[in-house]
Formats: sequence, C-alpha cells, structure tokens
Amino acid sequence: MKVLMFGWEFPPFSHGGLGRACYGLAKSLAKTGTEITFIVPIFPENKNDGSIKVISAAAAQKIKVKGVFSFMSPYETPLEFYKNSLKFNHSQRMQLYGRNLFKEVNMFTEKAAMVAEYGDFDIIHAHDWMTFGAAIKTKHQSGKPLVIHVHSTEIDRTGGNGVNQVIYDIERSSMEAADLVITVSRLEKNKIIEHYGISADKISVSHNSINANEYNRVKHMINMNKHYKIVLFLGRVTLQKGPDYFLYAAKKVLKEKKDVKFIIAGSGDMMFSMIEKAAQLGISDRVFFTGYLLDNEIERLMKSSNVLVMPSVAEPFGIVALEAMINKVPLIVSKQSGVIEVVDHCMKVDFWDVNEMANKILALLDYESLSTSISENGFHDVRKMSWDSQATNCLKIYEKVLGDA
Amino acid sequence: MVDICFYFQVHQPHRLKNFSIFEIGKSHSYFNDTKNEKILRKVAQKCYIPANNTILDLIHRHGGAFKVSYSISGCILDQFERFMPEMIESFNELVKTGCVELLDETYYHSLASVFNKDEFVEQVKLHNEKIQGLFRFKPRVFRNTELVYSNDIAKIAEELGYIGVLGEGFDRILEWRSPNFVYKPVNSNIKLLLRNHMLSDDIAFRFGNTEWKEFPLTADKFATWINSINGNGQIVNLFMDYETFGEHQWAEKGIFEFLKFLPGEILKNIDNGFVTPSEAFEKYGPAGELDIPALTSWADTERDLTAWLGNKMQQEASQKLYEMRDLIIRSNIKPLIDDWRKLQTSDHFYYMCTKWFSDGDVHKYFNPFDTPYDALISFMNILNDLRIRLKEVNLVNGVERKWLADVQQDQVFWLRDGDAIKNILELSSALRTMEPNVFDYHVNAGRNDFATWVKVVVGDDVLAKNLEKCNKSTMAAKMVEERIKYLKK
Repeated sequence: MKVLMFGWEFPPFSHGGLGRACYGLAKSLAKTGTEITFIVPIFPENKNDGSIKVISAAAAQKIKVKGVFSFMSPYETPLEFYKNSLKFNHSQRMQLYGRNLFKEVNMFTEKAAMVAEYGDFDIIHAHDWMTFGAAIKTKHQSGKPLVIHVHSTEIDRTGGNGVNQVIYDIERSSMEAADLVITVSRLEKNKIIEHYGISADKISVSHNSINANEYNRVKHMINMNKHYKIVLFLGRVTLQKGPDYFLYAAKKVLKEKKDVKFIIAGSGDMMFSMIEKAAQLGISDRVFFTGYLLDNEIERLMKSSNVLVMPSVAEPFGIVALEAMINKVPLIVSKQSGVIEVVDHCMKVDFWDVNEMANKILALLDYESLSTSISENGFHDVRKMSWDSQATNCLKIYEKVLGDA
Repeated sequence: MVDICFYFQVHQPHRLKNFSIFEIGKSHSYFNDTKNEKILRKVAQKCYIPANNTILDLIHRHGGAFKVSYSISGCILDQFERFMPEMIESFNELVKTGCVELLDETYYHSLASVFNKDEFVEQVKLHNEKIQGLFRFKPRVFRNTELVYSNDIAKIAEELGYIGVLGEGFDRILEWRSPNFVYKPVNSNIKLLLRNHMLSDDIAFRFGNTEWKEFPLTADKFATWINSINGNGQIVNLFMDYETFGEHQWAEKGIFEFLKFLPGEILKNIDNGFVTPSEAFEKYGPAGELDIPALTSWADTERDLTAWLGNKMQQEASQKLYEMRDLIIRSNIKPLIDDWRKLQTSDHFYYMCTKWFSDGDVHKYFNPFDTPYDALISFMNILNDLRIRLKEVNLVNGVERKWLADVQQDQVFWLRDGDAIKNILELSSALRTMEPNVFDYHVNAGRNDFATWVKVVVGDDVLAKNLEKCNKSTMAAKMVEERIKYLKK
C-alpha cells in the first residue's frame, strides 16, 4: 500500500495534538510496510535545525518526507497569522509571498499538489482543513481516492460563535468530496453529522492514541511542588480549551485551600485576557502562565503536578489526557471530550460546572487514596496503548475505500 | 430425603447524595431520599409485592409444606415504614402463616463484624429488637451481611444465643465436602448452613441467560437436579437476593412462573420437603466440623471481601469511618449515631469498587454514582461534615478537652524514676526521653501501666487501646503525639 499523506510537523516542533497524532499514525503505518509520502509544511524558521532532524528521523522509518515551505500553523486564526507574519523579514516574506492565511493556504495547495504530482500512491490521506485543498487537487489530478481525517473543526475551535464561513465551507465541501471521513471520536462523528450534514455511513471513527513506551524520560520535578500542590492546565489558551473555567474553579479551590498553585501551560489568543482574568479574580499570585513549552518540559511539569484539568468546551479527542495518565497524574476531563470514549479511570465533569470541578480538584488534593487509585488505575488504562492498533484500523479503512472505488 | 432451605435477602441502602466539598459544615443531609423512595417503589412494584403474593399463595396452596426464610435489613425496614408501610403489613402476613422464618443480621447491613466487635454486636441487637417489634418474631438464626463468615463470627453468634448461622459453600474451603449437609464450626457450639452456590446461582444469575446451556430453566428440570442429590445430601440451601424475582431476573422471562411451579415439582417426590434454617438445625446433626479462619462471603468469584474492601479508597474510607466510633457513641446524640451507622452500609463501599471490568454489571445495580471515584468523594466529604458535627457536640460536652486536661492531683502517674505526669501532653514528652529501663518497668508482658492509667484515669479508651500495642517508648510516644494532634484539631 502506498499512501500520500498531507500532514503536520513532526515533533519536537508540534504545537498540539495534531502534529503528534499525524506522526504517531504515520510511524505505525510505516511499521506495517505501508509506504508513506508525507507532505508537510515546513516553517522557514526551523529550516536549519528542526526540519533536517525531522527528515532524518523520518527517513529511518522509511517515511518519505517532502517539505513545503509555508507560514501555516495548524491552530492559527487568520488574525494570528497576520500578526505572526510581521515577525519575518522582508525577504522571507517575499519568498513566501502569501499576505494572509487564506492566500498562504492557497499557496500551500498549489505547491503541495505540485510536489504530489510526481509521486506514486494508491490513496490520499489528509489531516485537517489547511491541507484539504491540496488533497482535493491531488485527487482530481490523480483520480485516486481521498480519506479526510478530521481532528477538529471550525465549530469546535470557535465553540459555534463567530464561525469563519470560508473555513467552514472548505471543511464541508472537502468532506463532501472525500471518499471517506475519519474522525477521532464518536463525539466528533456526531458533530460532523449534525453540523456538516455528512451521512453517518461515510464516517469512520479511529480514536487517537499514544505510544506509551515513549514516555517516562523525565526524572526531575520542578521545584515548586515541594512546597505547593500543583494543579495544571495544559493546552492552547483558546476558547476551545476552556482556560476561563479553569480559573473560575481555581478561585473556588483557593477559597478552601491555600497551599495550591495553578499553572496554565500553553499559549494562544486568550493568553492576555486570561492573565487579566486571574488578576480580576484576585488570584494572580497563585496562577502561573508558562507560555509555549517543549515536550520534555511538558512531561516534567506533568510529573510535578497533583492534578491535571482539561476543561475543554469542545474536544474532539484530547491526547493530553492520555499523556497525563501515562505520567500518572490524576486527571479531570470535561464530559465534552472524545477521549472519555477510550479511558475509564479519570474524573469526568461538565466544562461549565466549575463547582463540581473545584470539588473534584479538592478531593484529589485531600484524599490520598483517591489520587493514588485514580493515577494507578489510569496508568493501567493506557500503559499498553500504541499507535499500532490505530494503524491496523487505518489500513482496514484504506482497504474499504479502495474496495469501494 | 432432601430438604430445600430457601433464604431471601431483602435490603436497600440509604443511598448517598452527591455531596460536594462546599456543603461540608453547611448541609447535614447526606441521603438522597427522593431517589431512595423512587427506587424502593420501583423494586416493590417489580419484586417485593408480586413475590410476597406468590409466596403467600404457595404457602396456602401447599398447606404448610412450603416454607421460606427472610433476612430483612433495618435499612429497608426504615424505608418501608417511611415510604411504604403496607410492605411491613405484607411481610407480617407471611410471618403469621408460621411457614416463614425471619433471620437476624446487622441492622445497618454493615461490615462491622470486620472492624469492631462492639459495634457489630450492638447492630445485631438493634436488628433483633426491630424484628421483634415489627413482626412479633424472635429470630434464632443469624446471617451476616453479604454472608460474610469466619470461625470468629460463628463464635460471636453463639455468644449472642443463636442456634445457627449461615455461610457460603465455597468450594475452596469445602474441598471434597458437600454443602448439602449441616456443619458445626470449629470451637463453637452452634450449627452452620452453607449456600449451595451452583443451584442458588442457577436461579439468581443464570436463569435468564440465553447463552447458558440449560436455558430455559424450568421448575421440573430444577426438581430433577434436586432429586439427584437424594442419597448424597440432606439439605439444599438456596440463598439469594430477594430481588432475583422480578428485578435481577425479569417477570417477562418467566421467573415468577418458575417460582410458582417449583414447590409443586419438588414435592412430587415424597422424599423431598422444605425447611426453614432453624428447622434444619433441629432436624439434622452436623456432618462434620468446619474450620474457616479467614473471612469469606458470597460475592464475586473470589468469595472474599475485595468487592467492599479491596482497594485503597475502600480501605481509607472504612478505616476513617470506624475510627470515629468512640467519639460518636460518646456524643450520645441519636441523629449523629444514626447517620454514622447508615454510612456503614456495605453498599457504599461496593460503589467504590474498581474491579467492575471482571465482575460485570452486578456492581452497577442502582448505583447512584457514575464512577467509584465519585462514590469516594461524596463519602469522604460526608465524613468530614460528620466530623465537624462531632466536633461541635464534643466541644459542648467537653469530652475531648477533658482528655487533654490535668487529672486530679491524687491520680497523677508516678514514674519509676520519680517524675509525676498529670496529663497526656506531659506523657508524650516523658515518653520521648524515657530511659529504656523505666519504660520496661511500666510496660512488660504482665502490665502496661500507661495504657491502664490512660484508660482508667484519663478516660480515653482509644488511646489506651493503641498504647496496649506499644512495646517501645518511641512507638508509645508517637501514639500519644498523634492522639494529641487529633484531639487538638
């Protein structure tokens, strides 16, 4: 089987679950003997260090990586894209000549499709909206079937308010044009049926996973946890991830218990308003914002934490939850998260129910038997997980699509 | 000849509310009465009412040849009295036939037998009084919560004056022996009936299972199994939850028809009959002695207590609960004692069980919590509230403060080296620096002066009991320090 995959950066330059999911899946697919050509946008910034390392790592796994220079980043909003583009010098900008996100996506579409034209493949597999255009163009060029993999939608990212119509239209028309749609949870499948009108029999669910044996690299804790209990939020600081609910819950916890610190690790468009919100609530001395972190920093922070809260408003999956469990951090996750379809041993709470969230945080901090049971059983839940079974599942999906075609 | 001995367990717990940490110290209502009433009425409609009617019919139809026994927990009796007094009447009618025997258990359907003998005995007595009060019937046979049994429990039952006790016919203990005889527990002068788990579970668990090779189970088929025991057993003990009829096994699947026809089919063979437990004990001598030192139960495949006390949460919760006994009882405040005892009901610990993957959905039966973790959180939050209530009461009563105070001058403790100790704070610092020869003088195989003084003069039984276990001064010092920390909290 030969697969042409339009995906996202390889770690360590992944900005969220998407990059990690693409990498995990591609790696395990390659293990089964599947030949993968991975077309990936490469940020010019990373050209000299990251991309080269990335390609050599991938080559060892017999994945052909074809980089396409692009300023695109999977989680950017059009406005953020504009702000970020100002960071580059004139010649870099000229080289990439996109002036806004959509132009940039169009450029990527053209360039990526050109790269794809000379490839030899049986099926096309594309991850999230920015690559959909390139994938569809390639489908038309080659006549090969297309699988679209939805990790999150515009509806998820905006919470349904202020949906960008252009992005929504790209998502919808691409799903319609695709031969099959993969979602990362049943929750997401239902949303796509409801909001995008795609018929249920055209959607397959393939949950995300982690390679459990790739964790446990970090031994050192951060210093703060010697003196304080630590409650962690880990994710992009955006509406979708519910950082505001985390702060409201923090306020309630701090009323009952003093020796607790709250950490918001990640960056995003709500960062500044969250810093302000913490001040408004009078808890800014108890809440820390770390900004964007690298993988080993993330793991270290997780290992030092007493509770990890994932209060996502809309979470198609939520790989962070699995990472918390493999790092034995007791986990509270919103009922609006797809990950609860694959794990049992975590605490579930509605994202808006900050009272219950605070109740559960306090219980995990106070009741020793609860936190050890939940982290031990949670670890048991995920310790054997790997992307291999997801790859097998994915191959079945390919075969089904190719059989139908 | 083969006799059938039916015993049905009738019980519903006082299920807890989702009690948040923010309610601690504010709300003292722990139980979800609305839900409890709803479940009680539902189960009554599906099981208790039709099953009682069926059994009453059968008793009349067979002219006294059909007999059964019940153990009805105090928890459900309280709820019947409050929400459905007609159910008490219904059971009364059954008792009046003379073909129904009532057994004793712990009032609160608790695991007190595992934790505290005094508490256990107290609850058994409460149950006995309740049954006598409501049904004018004095139980003579004891069965423990979830059929938890051991030599020690048999001994206590004997001390309490029961003629017999019920237990699980667990293969690993019986080995080559059959559960179909009356036994005698080692070291007790009392008799023992063992559940025939194969035949009991054929009805209680497998009846409606279409995958089962014996499906569908009919009354005449079951009767042939009973007949085949003739010659190698005297009594078949069919012990099960009463909810088997209509709730665990649905009416639509024919469980009531099975019950209706079973006595007739059994009695077709003139060698067969029905007995109640006390009749069995009078009729049959023991076939042998059984030595069961470790606790067994009728639950799951392990037949042990892991469903209630197997994980860390269950252990922490139960330990914290029973630790409070002394102060709770001393408070002498009825609602406080009653709430504390309702928290002992085994179901609360069952809901905290995390091994549900292997043992299936039995654990989910009317479970008010989504996960075992939620069950623990509410339970512990409630315990914290109970502690606050206790604190307030004891502050008023001054009980705890008294234990920290100086004793009367003529009751001070004179150490061998001449120092005097007048309160437990001084005791703790003295123990810290005590010479080994001084300690060994006061604490040795024959005596423990510190424990005796704390018990008799200070009056703190809990600390006294802990000190009895200490054979080193550092250990004793630690015990006293911990106690002071607790009392000062």
